[in-house]
Amino acid sequence: MSAASVLAIEIPYWGQSILRVVGGLAALLLIAGTVVYLYLFKAVSFMQSRLGPMEAGPYGSMQLLAEVGKWLQKEDLFPDNADKRIFKLAPIIVLVSTFLLYLTIPWGPDAFFLDPATFNTGIFFTLAVSSISVLGILMAGWSSANKYSLMGGLRAAGQLIAYELPMVLAVVGVVIQAGTLNLQGIVVAQNDGSIFGFEYLGNPFVLTQAIGFLIFVIAAQAELTQTPFDMPIAESELVAGYMTEYSGFRFLIFFIAEFASAGAFAGIASVLFLGGWGLPTAWGDWTSGNAMNVIGPVLLLTKILLLSFVIFWARFSFPRLREDQLQRFAWKILIPLALGNIAVTAILKVVF
Amino acid sequence: MSSLAELSERRAAAVERLGAELGEALVATHEAPGRGTWVRVRTDAWRTAGEVLRHRLGFEYFDFLSAIDWLPSPYGRGEDDPTQPAPERSTEIRPGYTGGETRFQVLARVFDVRNNVGLLLKVDVPDAEPAVASWVPVYAGANWHERETWEMFGIVFAGHPDLRKLYLPTGFEGFPLRKDYPLLARLVKPWPGIVDVEPMPEGMAGEE
Amino acid sequence: MTMISDRQQLSYIASQAADARVNVELETEGMTLNIGPQHPATHGTLRIVCRLDGEQVVWAEPIPGYMHRGYEKLTEVRTFPQVTTLVNRIDWLGSFCNEVPFILAAEQLMDIEAPPRAQHIRTLLFEMGRIANVILFLGDMGVQLGAVTPVFFAFRDREFVLNQIEAATGGRFHPNFDRIGGLKDDLPKGWIDESRAVMRRVRSFCDEMEDLLLGNEIFEARTRGIGVIPREIALQYGLSGANLRASGVDWDLRRDQKLPMAWDKCDWKVWTHPDGDSFARYWVRLQEVRESSKIVDQLLDTMPSGPIMAKVPRIIKVPEGEAWVATENPLGEMGYYVVSKGDLGPFRVKIRSASFSNISVASWVLRGTYVPDVITILASLYFILGDIDR
Repeated sequence: MSAASVLAIEIPYWGQSILRVVGGLAALLLIAGTVVYLYLFKAVSFMQSRLGPMEAGPYGSMQLLAEVGKWLQKEDLFPDNADKRIFKLAPIIVLVSTFLLYLTIPWGPDAFFLDPATFNTGIFFTLAVSSISVLGILMAGWSSANKYSLMGGLRAAGQLIAYELPMVLAVVGVVIQAGTLNLQGIVVAQNDGSIFGFEYLGNPFVLTQAIGFLIFVIAAQAELTQTPFDMPIAESELVAGYMTEYSGFRFLIFFIAEFASAGAFAGIASVLFLGGWGLPTAWGDWTSGNAMNVIGPVLLLTKILLLSFVIFWARFSFPRLREDQLQRFAWKILIPLALGNIAVTAILKVVF
Repeated sequence: MSSLAELSERRAAAVERLGAELGEALVATHEAPGRGTWVRVRTDAWRTAGEVLRHRLGFEYFDFLSAIDWLPSPYGRGEDDPTQPAPERSTEIRPGYTGGETRFQVLARVFDVRNNVGLLLKVDVPDAEPAVASWVPVYAGANWHERETWEMFGIVFAGHPDLRKLYLPTGFEGFPLRKDYPLLARLVKPWPGIVDVEPMPEGMAGEE
Repeated sequence: MTMISDRQQLSYIASQAADARVNVELETEGMTLNIGPQHPATHGTLRIVCRLDGEQVVWAEPIPGYMHRGYEKLTEVRTFPQVTTLVNRIDWLGSFCNEVPFILAAEQLMDIEAPPRAQHIRTLLFEMGRIANVILFLGDMGVQLGAVTPVFFAFRDREFVLNQIEAATGGRFHPNFDRIGGLKDDLPKGWIDESRAVMRRVRSFCDEMEDLLLGNEIFEARTRGIGVIPREIALQYGLSGANLRASGVDWDLRRDQKLPMAWDKCDWKVWTHPDGDSFARYWVRLQEVRESSKIVDQLLDTMPSGPIMAKVPRIIKVPEGEAWVATENPLGEMGYYVVSKGDLGPFRVKIRSASFSNISVASWVLRGTYVPDVITILASLYFILGDIDR
């Protein structure tokens, strides 16, 4: 980890791994907490013409801590017929998947958890790891021994697998344009690049890959099972879908994983399309010196919060699509669009 | 917009046509001007009356179906003082409009949407074995209404596809809306409106 | 070939048996699903038993009765004014509307008519009850479909209407304001101007809902063509109110019944829709709220002066007779069949409540739909448990 070279301390490999895990968890919890407070408590309340939590801390900022405390002190319940091992394992799998996502995001030129020089699979690994959460959701749905949970789990499986494809295809367009799978390489390509010779904007792929960006964000919304794609947790039908039987600490894990995933996908979208942690190189050579290692994470955080806002804004505004309409949307509209995007990108890449 | 007189005329015309179709089975009619028209049919012609009304006379809208128990309640208005013996009450059955010879009567209302005409129908239910033909083959909506009437009054609807309890739990015994079925709340706890006066304590000067 | 011990064999058999038990209980082939009685979607304790094949409903049956309070039996031990209090609680969202048909039936039997000012105010409060009730429906249908925001706007704007009802009658939810022969009190000072402002707010709310929900493609995709009820079925089952008008039947009791209320003194329109699907039912109700607010405006402008109570004896004994009065309540057609024997209280009251008939069509309309559509259809039929169960 780069801090080792900065602080000029020799940290053995196992120490570095522990630091990475702790740092990753810290990033995850920090972002999840901010997203929950800002958007789930405050933004939605303002949109619904109410104030939201105001009692716990100034303007309700400690509400999240209060909620965490509340969930932690609840009784550890199992349904009688539940398959205990799988029941306990499911939330952990979902959280691990999200955690792995955070590990792959580069936060600065030297601020990363996985060294890009040796970690060349980049976005491929990220997409692969994000589909592990499907397993966790299916396990939760089945092992709860509850018909509602089962229905939620089955719906989730179908939906999440269906929307993996548009996401992957949208990313392929970015990879073609950047020429590398390496996430750090993609960020650098955006910031070093130029649009038709105009250097001052860099080359954020959101401009040239606008369709890809749109598809990615929609697919991310579906991957997070947020409205309009929240059939698996359809609150007015299935009570809480696959999460119905969970309470206490396990529910807290699901809860944190849900909002951390939102942050993670927003992070990946920022890295792929919005230029990641960097500013265009034409504004000054930022990569020398350590300034970017501090500004970079902050910049990336801003972009993450912006994208998460869009995700949650859509969540609180739309009704939900029915399962078959949802599948039709993925297979008949998004995937052909993404394939077309790849074709056009490939042609243009060769031409220009 | 039709006036009250026009509506009365149309109702009278409908009753006439019904009488023409049913002949002897139409036992009595009653017209309350400006308020409605009541018609009583013979018990065995209940289903026929429904069919005639729906298919021949165009009364497509099924409003409701219920029953009336004409026995005056032996509990009065539930205000009996439990410390006193129950007072004597008349058990004479006095039916209302269009008369009637039995304790129970089934009451139904159907409506003609095109002509804005409604008819209230009554039919006697035999005392020995309370049963009437079911209207479900004629008006599908009568299903729930007949189930409720059966569970509340005990009137069997012959030909009903699925006569079982609607509101009450399966093991419930008795028919609650019958007049001889008491309102348990008033039996369990005497009505609070009875004047509740403490007797004067013994030995008070001047009072006895 | 490994030799497994007896113990291992036994544990293997036991785990197979456990699996078999779980499979039988879960019954994923042809699953029977109970929606309710405790469920976020049903407006109260309604239980719907569905037999599913995957996500499709093979048959469904609503089971009411979890809130049966025995109203018809209770009315037999009450005096006529006491029944008003009782009857408020049938449709508790627009509850002034429940009192009116009963009072009108009693007045028919007594052969008296409330003075014009009282009739006017009755109609006013009736329409306000309708607005309060249906505004909730407009927001609530969004929640059933997943749009969580419009319902907050609905509650917020409904507060203003409830404030007006409270200012006039003293009760937000259960006004208990109607009396045989007129009303309990006159309107407070300034009420008429405030109500005009509230009606403007109601109309802007309707515009907002039209934009937010009716114009939303996802809402249309979820409600168009879902739960179509053709005209003949609607008439047979006794569907009433907006459900009937959304199936194309042009029938509104306010216009077609001759009652001593002030609807015929206003100029208003009856809205129908030919489709008969869930979208139509929502659309008709939205137009009706707007129309109601216009009716209220007209009534506010033409309020006659005069007494609000006719000459009625202090102890009311209604003469012998039978009367049937039905009005166009927010949920549909609500009627009372009152049998009186010249006593202090009624001999028998049959309460014809709209939701009872509206929900009886559920087993017909829910066959072959998907589980999410079950929720949509029930939401669009709009029932209130107190109305079904009485």
